[in-house]
Amino acid sequence: MRSEDRFINRAGIGLRAASTAVLIFLHFPILLIFLYAFNTEEAAYTFPPPGLTSDWFGVLLNRNDFWSALGLSLLVALVSTMIAIVLGTLAALAIYRSKFFGRDAISLMIILPIALPGIVTGIALRSALNLSGLNFSFWTIVIGHATFCVVTVYNNVVARLRRTNYSQVEASMDLGASIWQTFRYVILPNIATALLAGGMLSFALSFDEVIVTTFTAGQQQTLPIWIFSQLQRPRDRPVTNVAALFVVATTLIPILLAYRFTRESSET
Amino acid sequence: MISAPPPLAERRGLLHSISIVLYRFPFLSVIALLLPILLWIGVIYLGSLTAMLTQGFFYLDGFTGRIVREFTLRTYQELLLQQNIDIFLRTIVMAAAVTFTCALLAFPLAYFMARFASGRTKALLYLGVMLPLWSSYLVRIYAWKLILAQEGIIGWLANALGLTGILDAILSIPGIGGPSLSFSIVGVYIVFVYIWLPYMILPINAALERVPKSVIEASGDLGARPGYTFRRIILPLAFPGVVAGSIFTFSLTLGDYIIPGVFGNSSYFIGQAVLVQQGTAGNIPLAAAMTVVPILVMGVYLLGARRLGAFDAL
Repeated sequence: MRSEDRFINRAGIGLRAASTAVLIFLHFPILLIFLYAFNTEEAAYTFPPPGLTSDWFGVLLNRNDFWSALGLSLLVALVSTMIAIVLGTLAALAIYRSKFFGRDAISLMIILPIALPGIVTGIALRSALNLSGLNFSFWTIVIGHATFCVVTVYNNVVARLRRTNYSQVEASMDLGASIWQTFRYVILPNIATALLAGGMLSFALSFDEVIVTTFTAGQQQTLPIWIFSQLQRPRDRPVTNVAALFVVATTLIPILLAYRFTRESSET
Repeated sequence: MISAPPPLAERRGLLHSISIVLYRFPFLSVIALLLPILLWIGVIYLGSLTAMLTQGFFYLDGFTGRIVREFTLRTYQELLLQQNIDIFLRTIVMAAAVTFTCALLAFPLAYFMARFASGRTKALLYLGVMLPLWSSYLVRIYAWKLILAQEGIIGWLANALGLTGILDAILSIPGIGGPSLSFSIVGVYIVFVYIWLPYMILPINAALERVPKSVIEASGDLGARPGYTFRRIILPLAFPGVVAGSIFTFSLTLGDYIIPGVFGNSSYFIGQAVLVQQGTAGNIPLAAAMTVVPILVMGVYLLGARRLGAFDAL
């Protein structure tokens, strides 16, 4: 038996082909969105598109329902993310060094809103609204979103704090800094990029959420709800194509940034 | 005469005293830090879950259309109706099929990333998995509406390759077929697999990354051929990762109503049934009772997953 048979350091052709195929499978639908945004056809999804035009971008520009849905989604994502950052950071600071009874219960509690199927979270919040007699509003959407966004910030910050040396905090306190000063000048610089990454993921999560939102939004339209209604109303196909492209392009930016922040910090 | 400086606590006032107390008694600071999240998730979220479970014990009066707030088990009994059991079974079988397919598709890429890619290639591959995961869920669903439409790229490809017969044969299977892929259970299955696939790739990859190279080399040194090493060393060590990924694919499929709503036919999945009950039917008690099924299924699933060591792979 030749000894090199036993150590394979190059992937076989089968593995390479399978990996490439899966990567193509993951990406070609997104690429197709770019193509269809320029489609001249109004009533069908014929492939290949019969002609290309950029006219639909102008049409979308004048669609106020799209822009107000976008505005609402951005605002909801911003406020939910801010709440998630505060709650997630505080929880992470409490959890990361202490080993008290119930610590696992709290971790589980934070993960639960995202671990349970979205429909459960949705109907639970809807039931609570129904029982408490509250009306749907901007804040009912935000409450739902912040609840499942906390986990992204919490996870990022806990992971970073575990890699931070606690003696820095002890030194700061020994030298007479207040808890606030220690947080501001020692802890915050350490967790800043983790906060940014967690915050961006939280923003993306909220911006994209539709399942829970359906139950807490009432008649209000966030962007995902707008797209969902377009999906069920095929007469506006060209507008939906362009809106889809717009959404893909805008969500790419925070993802790429979050990726850079987490990578830079894990390399140093 | 030089007077001694005042003790730190006096010099800095009340805020500083609080600092010192919190620093000396970490337990107090833990409680202070945890209070907001306990109030938020504990009260709002767990409170909502309780509200939901309570609603399940109320019932909808069929004549007045009002919800009667009296304790009853009749709403939960309605879950046992044949039509509802069909919905639960259909959803669970779909979740199992999607999970299995995702594991099959995810493994080669996760394995390639963990064992053969490094440096820049590895970073790019991660980005290649993360991008679809985080780009808009609805837009990706929309993309599949374009792909699966009768006149779309799949139909075009089938036509170009002379495979229209196979496509028609799949679509004519009773129960899962339909007029086109974009209105059939087959279509629902394809889109579910696509949408949840990244959730399977990442945990499998994480598990494979943790397999020490020395173990693989030791296996080779002891005379095992690569195939044997793969089956007896790598696969068992990666299995907790597969189970961890399956928690996502299974749970997400159980709770989704968008994909079956957009691509499915008239046979409902759990999510759709819940949506219809709480919306047009106005039957929040039944909707609440129905969500108990995915919660129970996931509860059992998570217990099993913990036994298989999936939580260490998350």
